[in-house]
Amino acid sequence: MEYLAGKYDVIVIGAGHAGCEAALAAARMGCRTLVLTLNMENVAFMPCNPAVGGPAKGHLVREIDALGGEMAINTDETSIQMRMLNTGKGPAVHALRAQADKKMYHVRMKKVLEMQPNLDLKQAMVERILVEGENIKGIVTRNGAVFHSRAVVITTGTFLKGKIIIGDVAYSGGPNGQEPSVTLAESLRDLGLSLGRFKTGTPPRIHRKSVDFSKMIIQPGDEKPYRFSFTGKPRLREQLPCWLTYTSEETHNVIRENLHRSPLFSGRIEGVGPRYCPSIEDKVVRFADKPSHQIFLEPEGRDTEEMYVQGFSTSLPEDVQVKMLRTIPGLAKAEIMRTAYAIEYDHLPPAQLKLSLETKTINGLFSAGQINGTSGYEEAAAQGILAGINAARYARGKEPLIIRRSEGYIGVLIDDLVTKGTNEPYRIMTSRAEYRLLLRQDNADLRLTEKGREIGLISDEQYGKFEEKRKLIEAEKERLAEVRIHPVEQVQEILVGKGSSEIKQNTSLLEILKRPEINYADLKKMAEGFPDLPEEVVEQIEIQVKYDGYIKKQMEQVERFQKIERKKIPEWIKFEEIKGLSSEARQKLGRIQPGSVGQASRISGVSPADISILLVYMEQKRRELSEGDQNK
Amino acid sequence: MINDTIAAISTPIGAAGIGIIRVSGSAAVSIVERVFRSSRERKIEDAGTYRLLHGFIVDKSGDVVDEVLVSVMRGPHSFTAEDVVEINCHGGLIAVRRTLAAVLEAGARPAEAGEFSKRAFLNGRIDLAQAESIIDLITAKTEKSLNVAVNQLEGILSQEIRKMRAQLMELLAHIEAGIDFPEHDIEEISLAMIEERSKEILHNIKKLINTSETGKIFREGLKTVIAGKPNVGKSSLLNALLKENRAIVTDIPGTTRDVIEEIVNIRGIPLKLVDTAGIRETEDLVEKIGVEKTKEMFADADLIFLMIDASSGIGQEDKEIFPLARGKKTLVLINKIDIKKETTYKEIEKYTGRHDIIEMSLLTGQGLEKLEKRIEDIAYAGLVSKQDELMVSNIRHKHTLERTACSMEGVISALEEKLPTDCMAIDLKAAWESLGEITGETVSEDLVDQIFSRFCIGK
Repeated sequence: MEYLAGKYDVIVIGAGHAGCEAALAAARMGCRTLVLTLNMENVAFMPCNPAVGGPAKGHLVREIDALGGEMAINTDETSIQMRMLNTGKGPAVHALRAQADKKMYHVRMKKVLEMQPNLDLKQAMVERILVEGENIKGIVTRNGAVFHSRAVVITTGTFLKGKIIIGDVAYSGGPNGQEPSVTLAESLRDLGLSLGRFKTGTPPRIHRKSVDFSKMIIQPGDEKPYRFSFTGKPRLREQLPCWLTYTSEETHNVIRENLHRSPLFSGRIEGVGPRYCPSIEDKVVRFADKPSHQIFLEPEGRDTEEMYVQGFSTSLPEDVQVKMLRTIPGLAKAEIMRTAYAIEYDHLPPAQLKLSLETKTINGLFSAGQINGTSGYEEAAAQGILAGINAARYARGKEPLIIRRSEGYIGVLIDDLVTKGTNEPYRIMTSRAEYRLLLRQDNADLRLTEKGREIGLISDEQYGKFEEKRKLIEAEKERLAEVRIHPVEQVQEILVGKGSSEIKQNTSLLEILKRPEINYADLKKMAEGFPDLPEEVVEQIEIQVKYDGYIKKQMEQVERFQKIERKKIPEWIKFEEIKGLSSEARQKLGRIQPGSVGQASRISGVSPADISILLVYMEQKRRELSEGDQNK
Repeated sequence: MINDTIAAISTPIGAAGIGIIRVSGSAAVSIVERVFRSSRERKIEDAGTYRLLHGFIVDKSGDVVDEVLVSVMRGPHSFTAEDVVEINCHGGLIAVRRTLAAVLEAGARPAEAGEFSKRAFLNGRIDLAQAESIIDLITAKTEKSLNVAVNQLEGILSQEIRKMRAQLMELLAHIEAGIDFPEHDIEEISLAMIEERSKEILHNIKKLINTSETGKIFREGLKTVIAGKPNVGKSSLLNALLKENRAIVTDIPGTTRDVIEEIVNIRGIPLKLVDTAGIRETEDLVEKIGVEKTKEMFADADLIFLMIDASSGIGQEDKEIFPLARGKKTLVLINKIDIKKETTYKEIEKYTGRHDIIEMSLLTGQGLEKLEKRIEDIAYAGLVSKQDELMVSNIRHKHTLERTACSMEGVISALEEKLPTDCMAIDLKAAWESLGEITGETVSEDLVDQIFSRFCIGK
């Protein structure tokens, strides 16, 4: 028996990393929000590695924070190790990476959801999406509860028709021994949405006491306190180390001998897996000449003895897993606690979505996270917050928030998905961003806080602090440009001592700071009157001054990019009617329905000539329409 | 792409000595300002709309290219509704081309076919009926550029460019894999190696720019010397070429007054016949100016026509002149084959065997077309394909190569200044992308694909 159980502005299906951000954003924007999870114990669960951040992913986490999301703070509060990666490679690619305590991450996030005003968290399996005409109406749970809402966000991760595969064993299931969601996939298909099949996997977890760490290399965290979130002060927590070891020739032999039992090679797995996350057997086959592969052991948390075996993802049978693990130095006696598995699942090919993450065919239905063909907690959360924001704005009748490629990795991620689609689980990378030097992790707040503020996710207090920071940066840069120092001996000595050349005439501090070998602290020895500035302000000044030339170059590129980005393609345009388009362009434009000329120009197979023709056609139609109006 | 500034010769190519370069876009005024010296020290910026300014176009090295009239039409009251500057050149075809080259160098982009009209339409200046023809133009242009791309697949140029792109991609893949997967044991590429490879690539690009002879030919004309003994038919050849093709007589400023150059446009290729005055007046080059001077003129020439009389055979003068042309692109023209004597002709064939030979009769007109065809082949010499739009497409290539060189210089200076890898990656990527514009390969998932196929990455 179905019964009407409640009415909401926004319903979020799934409480993983995308679902949590979506639900929090909508509720914090003042919408009555319901978030449904299959299992209360798995809110914000990390089914794969216990880590957050890294290149591009860490950038996403900071952008989520700047928009008022939770992932950064939740990671900061539950981390067991932090490292800044790529410190030798330039500011744009510095990347913070944290090892998270899985249990604590879940516990804290669940609590945040529970305490959030306007937000209800319930355990239920959603069976069906309710639609009225082209508009979303609500959902129905397995127990017959009907919830009506103005907007729905689907964030079901890998649960849609999930299938677990371990060697020749295969059964229907979600990650980590949970139930899959079968009827929801059918319901989506009934709505006219098409589904694709992807595959991913996770390595085994082993017991800490079965590991001989003396044969491994310790990987400690940085001794410097870091924080993802721009709010609050970093503090150094007690850190747990990771461990590095390598596969051996013997490991590879075991794998080769058992390849015939791998479901990947026997064809049992149909879904497409990600290239950046290959199974160990895949690595051994594809890079046959590599004598060994890295294996990292990562603690899953403070209160557990389970360790995650990074680099050892596999779908070989359980007995082979044990055998090959034990050939690795330090793991001769390893005891597996959780078996590695591959999981196949249905996803929603993302070209069916708008840049707002709303489906093109059903008004008010949004989707975010792994269901959209991505992989990674950060990618999921980034889409989650955007979908949550836009579901809330839709419920209020407002225009969606779109982050452009030039504004953030969130923009790069979503634009890539929606415009290009993806034929493997998509992972964000810094090399996917055109304007990498602008999209740094250190300036995510400067890029996006203003937007977060506008949509109502940044508190007065937080915004005040942000404005203060921005003012300090500008004021100090102005001051540095005004203070000129003379070519006196004391100054020359400092310069030469830092491996720099002497100055020949009066020079501003700003000019001197542009020299790669001179930092802000050196300036303090050359002149008086320095204000006492917080570290993050000094960092911004150094980066902005030192990379000014490159930053300006990229800003010019952005300027050009935005001109065609602002040119909107009206929804009534029928691409199949446009004479002169190449047939490939016509077909792809018709399928993807780009919202702007800029987006259209990024579709592979659409040439500059096609864009010219599109522009001429749009103008032609516009004039015909306005002439028609005049004749009436 | 929509609002950048474009330039093109807007009068028919090869027509009379006057030509107009049209520049349109938000930077039109500032770009032309960079190459224009007003005779009254006025700035285009300060001139009112629809005003004419008199002055000179100067190139990068400060040389005067031409005396011109410049008119400014400010948007929206112009043909394209953008700021438009038109340069009226007076110095003939070469001056027009060099002026265009100067404007492009100053920052304009070569306009696509129909692009001025397209802008005019998009900005509401021309009426709806013309929209169709603009679309047709763009489509035609695409087909043509497709042909160009196909032709170039076999060309030396694209082979070279593919090779450089592959090298750039390899560098990028190494750098980017290291950045995106810092904890994987990826063989890192040393900075010294990046520097070495970058310098090599830059060197090759510069070589390409310098050897893009076709560009030079269009800018400066193909310097051609006609040599041969008296009465062999030099002036007949000249007259024949002049008659068939429109000639532009130019008094090039800055050169000696008594040297007059005839410029003939042969199948779109300007042929600069050097010291034709001498040829015309005395009919005897060697006698008038001597062996030393001939040597000098040959040394300066891009192309030499050695004319031999099929009826009288090889003479002493021929034997003196022939060795002087060694190492130069030379066409041996055997004239008067209508009255050839078999025995002398055999001797000629034997003697000139190592050269490109064209048999002709200026009396009957036989062989003239073959000569023109051959001139065309030489001008295009495998560097570019034979398309109407070649001149533009070539300037575009050169433009793109220069941009690439600029990016590579950025890479090298970033290395020298010890800037971090992500800075130099910006220029490396830009270089890779601009080279791709020449071969028509667009940015795609290439880089990401490379990273995954090259390195073993994953958790």
